[in-house]
This record gives sequence, structure tokens and C-alpha cells, in this order.
Amino acid sequence: MRVNVTVNGRKTAADDVWEGESLLYVLRERLGLPGAKNACEQGECGSCTVYLDGTPVCACLVAAGQAEGREVVTVEGLASGDAQAAGEGGLHDVQRAFLAAGAVQCGFCTPGLIVQAHALVERAAGRVPDDAEIREALAGNLCRCTGYEKILDAVRLAAAQRATPTAPTPSP
Amino acid sequence: MDFLRARTWAEALELKAERPEATPIQGGTDVMVEINLDRGRPAALLDLNTVGELAGWSREGEWIRVGAGVTYARLIDELGEVLPGLAQASRTVGSPQIRNRGTLAGNLGAASPAGDGHPPLLASGAVVEAESVRGVRLIPIARFYTGVKRNALAPDELIRAVRVPTAAGPQYFSKVGTRNAMVIAVCSFAIALHPENRRVGTGIGSAAPTPLRAVAAEAFLAGELDWTLGRAGGSALDPEVAARFAELVAGAAAPIDDVRGRAAYRSHALAVMARRTLGWAWHDYLRAGRGAR
Repeated sequence: MRVNVTVNGRKTAADDVWEGESLLYVLRERLGLPGAKNACEQGECGSCTVYLDGTPVCACLVAAGQAEGREVVTVEGLASGDAQAAGEGGLHDVQRAFLAAGAVQCGFCTPGLIVQAHALVERAAGRVPDDAEIREALAGNLCRCTGYEKILDAVRLAAAQRATPTAPTPSP
Repeated sequence: MDFLRARTWAEALELKAERPEATPIQGGTDVMVEINLDRGRPAALLDLNTVGELAGWSREGEWIRVGAGVTYARLIDELGEVLPGLAQASRTVGSPQIRNRGTLAGNLGAASPAGDGHPPLLASGAVVEAESVRGVRLIPIARFYTGVKRNALAPDELIRAVRVPTAAGPQYFSKVGTRNAMVIAVCSFAIALHPENRRVGTGIGSAAPTPLRAVAAEAFLAGELDWTLGRAGGSALDPEVAARFAELVAGAAAPIDDVRGRAAYRSHALAVMARRTLGWAWHDYLRAGRGAR
């Protein structure tokens, strides 16, 4: 079957999609977007987290056909979406916070964590969430390298940066 | 495999009547795992995400009618005050990503004995609203579970909604697992006090082939509790009553040894959860009574 879906702001279509296929497979294997990672295929690890109509979900648990006519944003969309506003490499603030905090080791869980952390930072809207809130928000994203401490640092950093607007306008 | 899309509830019922072997899919948090891991391949998927009628909940007298498309995230955000036991259980489901997609009706469709939604539904006396082209059928929750991952739905029926009585007294849910998130229950327990008719509701999860009530424990406790709040503000819980209640709850279960835990551990944990949740609920009951005077 054909699946029509808007991905990272672009209307696109995938053909020859098997009816039991996941949105994750469509993104990675049919649309050439390998950012969301394929690991557990049962919603346990969160490495395939993407936005579906603005809500973070595990792409491995969305049937491809359920994405018909809907909007998906992957980790690739976070970077390019802010390309003009952001600095180096067009990375999003949350991504740069992960780099700055050293919250990345092997990197496999990173795209899912970035999307989930992005959702948290957006929801907090300038407030720096406490540890309990961060841990709860990231409870569905497994990382086997970092021990999470630097990931928590990265989220606090990203949230704090969002709280302080960049380059305050000088008064005349 | 076929992918069937329903745009309206009427269309969904027609499709299910034509293709009774089709597996309904909402959040996909159970159905897609089966397909991804090749544990089963449904003949067809019937997507209900697009059926707008299922996406909301409404208040109907003393009941909340939770549409089959309402996610756990919305249960937590919108119904925590009126359905506290169910909201507590919903908070323990999977992870934020799972709660953003998973639904209570999906829990009922899958009918896993470990489903987190079942114990509070049993404790509060919910009713499943099943529908087919033949009409609507209201199934009391205690009669809904018929075996391991089996339920009372006919092949042409779909779950339209779950009707849950609004809480008239304290409700608590407790769950044992290896982590505080992303855990399939080793066992779980829900209690609901119904002061209006001096009844007690219970629900046991993951400790028998189906979720079930601890009927003898309910009857015992309802008779022993001193429901009168009076001028003194009611009396404290008798530890012996709590212990006997816990024993009866554990006795109602029929646990097995499996990868998540041993039968003996499950019985022990159920007794602990029964005693604790009763303590919390009775504390709330007395406090509310004092506040009301």
C-alpha cells in the first residue's frame, strides 16, 4: 500500500509498504531517515522516539498505515528546522546541550533521547524541571553507556538556555 | 495482511462484521509488538485511530464514559480527580511514549492478566460497552475476563467505551516491579472504598489467569470497617482487620512461578499491597470525614 505522510514539514509518500510494517521501518528504510533508531521493536527502549502530530511516540509501535495523512517530526527535523536560528551545523539547542554536557557516548540512544528531551524542554517552556520530572520524562529511553547523569545535565542545560533568551536587545 | 481504515464508528462496526478476524488497533503498543517480534500475524488490522467518536470521554450522571481511543496520558491529565484509582494505574503504564499512545480499551482488548488498567476497573465496578452491527452490549467488568488474554467480546464486537463510576470514596492502586517505570507488573492491586453503600471493591492483577476481585476479602472488610464517622471523626483501622483482609486478598489469587516472579512472592506481595493500600484509603476516608464536619 501507499502511505502519504508529512515528515519534517515535507509531504511525502512511501510505496509498497507492507500492511504490518511500522512507521519506524517506513522512515528508515523507505524514506531514508535513519535518525530514529531500531533497537527493541517493542516500545521498551525509546530509541525510535519521533513526534506524531506533535506527540512523542515510539515509531516502532505505530503501524505505517496509521501515519496516513499525519505529521511526523524526526530528530533530523529538529536540526534542520532551526537551521537559520541555530549556530554550528544547524543543530538544535537540545542537541548542542547534549554535546556540551558530554551526554553522548555510543550515540545509539541519542536521537530518541533528543526528541524526548526536546518535548520536555518545550513543555517546561523556560522552567528548569527538577530531577524527578526529568527522570520521569526520560523513563522510556534506555542508555547503556552514560549512566544518565550527563544526560540529566544536558536536559538541565537545554532548559536553562531556553529560560535565558539569547542576545538581549541593547537599549538605545 | 490487510489494513482496514474506518473513518466513522458505523464504518468500523461494518468492517468488523465483514472481517471478524481483523485485529483492532489503537495505540499499537500491544498489537505492533506481536507483529514486530513475529509472535503472531493478524489477517487484517482495523485502524480505529481515525474514528473521531472514540477519542473523547463524557460524564453521564454518576459515570464517566471513557471512549476507546482515550490514551493513558489523557486519563492522567483529565480524569485524575474523578477516577483516581484508574489514573494512578495509568501513571504506572510503560513510559511517557507508551502512555501517549496506549488506551484502556486496548488493555481490555488484549486482556493480559498483567494489564495495569484492570485492577482499578474491577475495584470500581466498571462496565465495558461493546458494540457490533447487532447492537450494544454492556458487560460488567468482572465478567469480561474469560481466560489468559481472552475476553468476553464476540468476534464481530468492538469496544466502544468503558463506563467507570466516579469515585465516591478513596481509591488506591499499587504495583510491584523491578523498576519504577517501563515495567510489566509482577503483581498489582487496587482498592476502592464505596462509603455510599458501605462496600469495598478490589482488583488483583498479574496473579491469576485473569484479573479478578478478591470477593471474600471485600465482604469481610465491608463488614468490619467502622464506617460511621461520628463526632470523634471515625475510628482507626484495626491492625487485625487489615491483616485478615491482606490474607484474604492473597488467598483469592492463583499465582504461578514465571520469569517475572515466583508464586510465593506474588502472594506475599499481594498481602503487603492490600494492607498498605487499605491503610492509605482508610486514612483518606477519616480525613475527608473530619474535613466534612
